[in-house]
Amino acid sequence: MGDMMKGNIAIAEAAVRAGVKLYAGYPITPSTEIMEYLSKRLPEVGASFIQAESELAGINMVMGAASCGVRALTASSGPGISLKQEGISCISDEELTCVVINVVRYGNGLGTLYSAQCDYHRETRGGGNGDYRCIVLSPGSIQEAVDLMATAYELAEKYRIVTVMMTEGALGQMMEPCDLPDFIEPEKLPWGMDGKYSYKKIGIFDRNSMTEAVDLNKKHDTIKANEQRWEDDGLEDADYVFVAYGLPGRSVKGAVRELREEGHKVGFIRPITTWPFPIKAFEKVNRDVKGFISVEANATGQLIDDVALAAKETVKDRNVPAYCLPCVYGIPSIRFTKEGLGKIINGEIKERY
Amino acid sequence: MAKARKVPAIIDNPMSFCPGCGHGIVIRLIAECLEELGQDQNIIFALGVGCSSLLGGGLVTDRLHCPHGRAGAVATGMKRVQPENTIVAYQGDGDAYSIGIAESINAAYRNENFTVITINNTNYGMTGGQMSWTTMPGQVTTTSPLGRDCETTGLPLRFPELVASQFDVAYAARGAVTTPKNVKKLKKYIWNGLDAQVKGEGYSVIEVLSPCPTNWKMTPLKAMERIETELIPYYPLGEFKARKEN
Repeated sequence: MGDMMKGNIAIAEAAVRAGVKLYAGYPITPSTEIMEYLSKRLPEVGASFIQAESELAGINMVMGAASCGVRALTASSGPGISLKQEGISCISDEELTCVVINVVRYGNGLGTLYSAQCDYHRETRGGGNGDYRCIVLSPGSIQEAVDLMATAYELAEKYRIVTVMMTEGALGQMMEPCDLPDFIEPEKLPWGMDGKYSYKKIGIFDRNSMTEAVDLNKKHDTIKANEQRWEDDGLEDADYVFVAYGLPGRSVKGAVRELREEGHKVGFIRPITTWPFPIKAFEKVNRDVKGFISVEANATGQLIDDVALAAKETVKDRNVPAYCLPCVYGIPSIRFTKEGLGKIINGEIKERY
Repeated sequence: MAKARKVPAIIDNPMSFCPGCGHGIVIRLIAECLEELGQDQNIIFALGVGCSSLLGGGLVTDRLHCPHGRAGAVATGMKRVQPENTIVAYQGDGDAYSIGIAESINAAYRNENFTVITINNTNYGMTGGQMSWTTMPGQVTTTSPLGRDCETTGLPLRFPELVASQFDVAYAARGAVTTPKNVKKLKKYIWNGLDAQVKGEGYSVIEVLSPCPTNWKMTPLKAMERIETELIPYYPLGEFKARKEN
């Protein structure tokens, strides 16, 4: 068991150990400690840190570094990530690679400082203009976030795609015991620019959008087939299956344990990749399941859409109801989830789909 | 007999600029300077949006098409991770001074060690001639149909003078493509800007007054005349921040 570490600091150190060569960003609560930590730490390991004038500039600095084939990073939160969408779309379009950390906070517009999961739709759908997706990793603990940091770059580089590490305000701000990974010294990617025009495909000028569209679909299909990650339990005999990711996913595990002890046949799926969505997990579910229930830290329910789609795709012979338990502000407690199940069983909460 | 200059090796395919446009001259000068400085196999371009992006099709070099106005930030990222490469941000006035003024100003503010070449043709060329921050007072564009009214739109921006007077940059100059004499001077400015970067002196910017006959609705010759008679008096040519003695 490692030392107690604050989430944002542990994630930032994991990025250093994954061989990040440039961080550029702009402060925003609750992500700022990542930036503050790296301002000292990256120069110590001979890497670049830039306090950009804006989120827009920050992501474009990341784009410049990424075009040279090195590991580049930025981190922000809700409104800051909104500003970065132009750059993320462009980085995706050029098939460059980087990691973007979103320490999600609640709210539209300027938002609030409360921990939340309200950016689910944006992160899992691409967010900016165009036909693209980002691989989205949604850890449920500080240890898992730290362990996924090198994976985030490996996936980004394997598929030439942007990987989003979607954490939550609470995960960034809380402390847990944490073992840090070993240092990696990644090699410069062969297609990265070196001034010698040794790799000719970067840039819009030599491209054929029609063939690229076909290739992009193939790439997305390959990612969907090979990179679904999740944790599950109790699916085989479950009457009800909870689906929740991140910190709510962790809380739901506790609720399922208690409900099982009380005689309820319930199970859970905790997506670790929220894109690609772990639809394969649904194939393990009891065919007579009575309902899927998303448990989410937001106001309107967003994960529920993917849950309902996954239910439709895997249980084809009938329409399994999909319920939503959205919890504004904070992490849905074990009690909240248990009470939610009771309301669903007694008909107080109707299905969303 | 004078020897004809060979076309620099990094210029390959024909570029699709309008007849009478100044971009081609500037690109040729940049390529010649890069060759003379031994940097033509060590160059990455951060290309702006608009007509500047047409440059990409004609060059056999590393180059990245940057989002609207962001070349200053993209070039910053490139240079920070690969300081041994020569980095050129190539932009138009709409890109660098209107939508990208924050990125341009802040790159100069930080004295980033790369070179910016800005083509100032006093309008947005590729989108069909809208007003930019360098459009002249009274100039008719598609978004200032009655002529630019500086009471409501501000005064034309003089970027090289701004950064030369306010920031600790290595080099700032303005040239024009109107006459052989001016072209020769412009080449010296570009050479200075690139050499300053190679020697690690910091940020350099060279603005180029360049004709846009298509959107100015003038013949190429009239467009050149306009630069001489109308633009140069407002946008003086020369070096605003000379290099320190080497």
